[in-house]
Order: sequence, then structure tokens, then C-alpha cells
Amino acid sequence: MSIFSLALTVLIGILFFVMFFHLSNFLLDYYQIKKSKTLTYENSIRAIIFIAPAFIVLFVFIIFPVFETIRLSFFDKRGEGFVGIYNYAWAIKDPDFRRSILNNFGWLLIVPTLSTFFGLVIANLADRVWWGTIAKSIIFMPMAISFVGAGVIWKFIYDYRGPGDEQIGLLNAITVALGFEPQAWLTIPLWNNLFLMAIMVWIQTGLALVIFSAALRSIPNETLDAARIDGASELKIFWSIIIPYLQQTILVIWTIITILVLKVFDIIYAMTNGQWQTEVLANLMYDWMFRGGGDSGRGSVLAICIMIGVIPILGWNLYQHRKEQKL
Amino acid sequence: MEFVSTPKRTKAMKKLSFSSLFAQLLLLLFVIVWIAPSFGLLISSLRDKDVLAISGWWTSFINTEVNEIHRTLGMDSQYEENGYYYIEDNLFGEDKPKKISSFGITSKDINAYSVGDVATFKDQSEITVDENGNYSWKSESEFTKKKGKRIFISATSPPSFTLDNYKEVLFKEGLGQAFINTFAVALPSTLIPLIICSFFAYALTWMNFFGRDLLLATVIASLVVPLQMCLIPILSIYNDFGALFGVSSKSYPGIWMAHTGFGLASTTFLLWNFLKTLPKEMMEAAKVDGATHYDTFRRIVVPLSIPAFASIFILQFLWVWNDLLVGLVFLDKNPSEIILTAKLKELLGSRGENWEILTTGAFISMSVPLFIFFSLQKYFIRGLVAGSVKG
Repeated sequence: MSIFSLALTVLIGILFFVMFFHLSNFLLDYYQIKKSKTLTYENSIRAIIFIAPAFIVLFVFIIFPVFETIRLSFFDKRGEGFVGIYNYAWAIKDPDFRRSILNNFGWLLIVPTLSTFFGLVIANLADRVWWGTIAKSIIFMPMAISFVGAGVIWKFIYDYRGPGDEQIGLLNAITVALGFEPQAWLTIPLWNNLFLMAIMVWIQTGLALVIFSAALRSIPNETLDAARIDGASELKIFWSIIIPYLQQTILVIWTIITILVLKVFDIIYAMTNGQWQTEVLANLMYDWMFRGGGDSGRGSVLAICIMIGVIPILGWNLYQHRKEQKL
Repeated sequence: MEFVSTPKRTKAMKKLSFSSLFAQLLLLLFVIVWIAPSFGLLISSLRDKDVLAISGWWTSFINTEVNEIHRTLGMDSQYEENGYYYIEDNLFGEDKPKKISSFGITSKDINAYSVGDVATFKDQSEITVDENGNYSWKSESEFTKKKGKRIFISATSPPSFTLDNYKEVLFKEGLGQAFINTFAVALPSTLIPLIICSFFAYALTWMNFFGRDLLLATVIASLVVPLQMCLIPILSIYNDFGALFGVSSKSYPGIWMAHTGFGLASTTFLLWNFLKTLPKEMMEAAKVDGATHYDTFRRIVVPLSIPAFASIFILQFLWVWNDLLVGLVFLDKNPSEIILTAKLKELLGSRGENWEILTTGAFISMSVPLFIFFSLQKYFIRGLVAGSVKG
């Protein structure tokens, strides 16, 4: 498609929605002035105009698919014949599935922990030095980059050449400079997962950092000064005042990164495509969506496994919301 | 005076204390580790592809030592002066000049002479080469060979950077088209949810209707639903829709609506959070003055919500721009539809060893997010802190 027809498509797409809202509301206003109908009648039509588009999208793209996925998980690969729990039984026996679950657990354990920890430490350090803002900006920058872009960046770092050649990957160059043999990092099972996780930590530390630096400012200075006057060391202040004070924030960041890590797909798809025992649930699911013409039953089971991970968070969000509404 | 200046001095001393120095060093270490990967990518994308393949990017700032073979001109360019025949020119000719440290006239000993020395060939002719490649070849008898002699040189070449990789990747590898495609995906996928959700959030905040609380709870529940949970059914809806109307199931409007669906909950939630902070009295005053909900929305709510819109726009735009999975599932991989991230992944597979293409491609795909990051960081951070709950 040429750039002009593409631009035209884009413009029409956006204008369609603008015009829908404008025209429908305009007509309603016009009709109301003419007939001077009661306000309640006007309001209920108005509410429908305001809500309907969003509700239809929400229904078609979220609500219906969630239940449909649950239904499909009990059906065969074409979604036609009922197979009971066959797909679940398959999953439990499948070695790829087991490895994915284990890898996902590894990701869930390591990435949120390290990102939160680094974010907290860096937020504290940056508060003490005059160039803290620049430092924060630099560490936050990977947040803006796509996972695939980050994948290329890090694949370059992990690049491997034979022992005789000059290494152009930073990690192997350091390894060789220290007198060790160069390694094809991404092909060493178990360890390669850590190298992939490093990318996610590199990205998500920035998120933890900005949220923590906002939260750190809410700690009253009097408390910190009092501790300093009493002769507490900075490390002691960090453990006994700052961490307890930020408990809630730590929990929030942990949750956010956990949700993200549960769905991790791009990094592994771009770097190893699940080879060398690095597959996770989201990759396995993408694989089954298209492998052999696609198997919607198995794909759905894998999606549900990811969903199960967020259900506690979902419940907690709803509980919090109800509590707020009652206040 | 002494008394007044004391606190200042202790503060200055505190800044120089051991723990502060340690903090500076530790932070510096973090910063270096965090920036080195991106910095390496940027530098590599600007290097010559032949050099990039054989040396690390960190070597590009120092002079590199190279050995080269050049050939002098032949008999056609000789001239006679005071009974001697001369051939004079520059070894590098049209090439970029380098700084020569030594030269030789046989392949056995390529570093035999320093610059300025006189080397004697078998036929007793003499040649001298200086630092910048100029040579003077002198003989008592006339030069008779059409071809010149080979000269071996050791030279250092200064750091050099080029934009050639960008030209190649943008126009030959098709990343330019992918760049445009990504815009065609990202702009509507950001604006459509913003339009729809601002009306939705308004209704959730300021209108009374049956089932409002349930709808709000549904939005909050949808926040964390992983998009994997929705992919298979949506794909099959699209396939059925395509088959029914005889159109392709993969299209731009299709991916716009998919992104709208996945971004709907977070956009609505963020806007709702913002709208409920607006003063209720203002809405009621407008109502008393006879304004309809649409008037209130257009004349009061939208102008007040511009900063919130900006944050949400940036957040959703970057999310769509950086997305790979939705693009893979709902768009074709042909050049007229492929998006940057999918193209980059394709290059990782097909051109895995061509680092000049990969690094440049990655940097092009990152250029828009980085531009937004550096120019609108305030809104970006605000949106991110508020909206990092996206499912």
C-alpha cells in the first residue's frame, strides 16, 4: 500500500469514531430541543451512545474471548468435538509444558525480585548525589524500548565467536580478557534462562526506580533526621526505616512486574525461540496456535495457565476497589 | 561569622564522606552497566560493516592498525627532470588517507622501512614514501613497465563513522516501509481507544444508569486479563468474519480494533481515575445552565483532561509501537503490512550474522520511543506510574 492510501485509511478509521460520537450526540441534542422530551428519556439514550461502543469492544475483545477460551479448552483442536479434560491431561504429560511451567516459575521468582531490589537501591543512591536525575533517566530509558529491540541489543552482547577469533560480543570479550574460554551463552541450558531474564531485569528496573523515587519523597524527613542524629548508619536506616515504609509500594511494583513476566513472550521469541530449553507458557501457546494448522484446545489450556497466575491479583484489585467505593 | 558558616561546612564535609563517595561509585557502576548495551548498539550501527564484523564496538574509538598493499603508477605518468625520471603520486589515490608508520617493497618484509627512508629496488630505482601516502619514485633510466610496483604499508586509521548502514536498511531491507506501517498501526490504535474510552469513562463517572458498578468492576477485572487469554477466540472471529465477507482476516482495521480491545480497560481505568478528581460542582453548574452531557463533555471535561490524555496517549502509543505478539497474530508478514518489531525479528532469523543490519534496524525501531522518551519524559513517567497495570 502506498503511503497516501495508508494515511487515508488511518484518517478514515479515526474520523469514523469521531463522527459517530459527534453526529449521534448532535442528533440527540437537536431532537431534544425540538420535542423537549423529559430529561430521563434523553439521558438514557445519551448513556447508551456514550457506553455502547466501549462496551461492545469490551465484550467482543475481552469478556466473550475469556469465556470462549475456557470453553475451547475442553474441545478438540478445531473447537468442534467435546474432549473433556483431554487437553489438560495432555499438558500435564507434555515435557515442553512441564519445562515451560518450571521456566515461568524461575522468571517469576527472579525477575520481580531483582528488578525491585535494583530499583530500590538505585532510587536511594540517586537521591544522594547531584547527578541523580541524569542517572535515573539513563536507567529508566530501556522502559521505552521494545522487547525485540532489547533482544537485538542483548543478542549483540551475548554474541559468540570461536576461541581463536576476536570476540565482538561484550560478554565474551570480557570473558576472554579474564582468561576464560568464550561461551555460546544462549545455548547453555538453565544458564541461558538467566541471560534472558537479565534483559527483563534491565528493562523493568527503570519502572521500579521511578515508582520508588516518587514514594521515597513521601518519607518524612524528620524521621530520617532523627535516626541520623541517633547515630544510625545509612544501611541501618535503609533496612529499618525505608524498607518498612515502602512495603506497600514494594508490593505494588512486585505485582506489576509479576503480571508482565507471566506473559513474557517477545524476548524469548526473538532470542532463542524456545530452543535450548528456554520455552515459557506464552511461547508454547503461540506455537500451538499455529503449529499444524493450530490447536485451539491446547492453546487455550496454556492461556488458562497464564490466567490462573493473575487470578489472585484480579481478586485483590476487585477487593480493594470495593473497599474504596464504600468509603 | 564562624558560627554561621559551621552548618555549611559540615554539609560539605558530609558530601565528601566515605559513604557518599561509595554511593557515587556504586551508582556510576549501575549507570555504566545500564547504558553500555544501548550505547554499543548505537556505535555499532554507525560503524563500517566490514570493521563491525571483526572488532568489538569498544575498539572503534582508538586508532586501528592495518596492513595494506598499494600499487604505484606505471610508466605513463613519469616525467624527466635533471636527467632523472620520476613517478610521483599518493598511494591512497581516491581512498580515505591513513597515517603510514612503515612500508616495505617485498611481501617478505612489509615493515622494512620507516616513513621517509629510501628503499632501493633491484633495478636500482629508489622510492620514498612519506606519512600521508605521497611517494616519489626516482630512477636513472626511463621507466619501462606499464604496471607500477607493489608497496606494502602499515598504517593507522582514525576512528570513522558512517551513515551507510542506515541508507541500506531503510531503503534496501524494507525497514522504511515497516516504519510507515507501524505508524499506520499505532496512531489509530492509540486514538480510537482514547476517543471511545473518554466517553465511556465520562459515563462511568458522571452518569447514573443501571449496572454502572458492575460495569466498573468488569473494567477493573479486565485490567489484568492476559491478552493471551483472548487471542484464539478473536482470531477465529476474524477468520469467520473474513470468510463471510470475502475479505482478508488480517487487516489494519482488524489490528486497530484488537489493540483498542486490549487497551480499553487500562485507558478507561486511568481516565476514570482522573475524571473523578474533577469537582462535582462544576458538572452540576453546567447542568443547571442547561448544558447536555455532550456539551459538558466537549466544553469542560475534554479541555481539563488534556494532560491526562497526553499521558495515556504516550503510554498506549508506545505499547502498540513496541508490541510484537498482536502484530504477529493479526497482520500479514508481507511488506505492505509487516510492523517494525516483526520485521526486526525476521531479520534476526535471516540476517543473524549481519550485525550492521540488525543494530541499525533496532536503532531505527527505537528512534520513535526514544524521541518520545526524551521529549515528553514527564508525561511518560506520569502515565507509566499510573497505568502500569495493563493486562
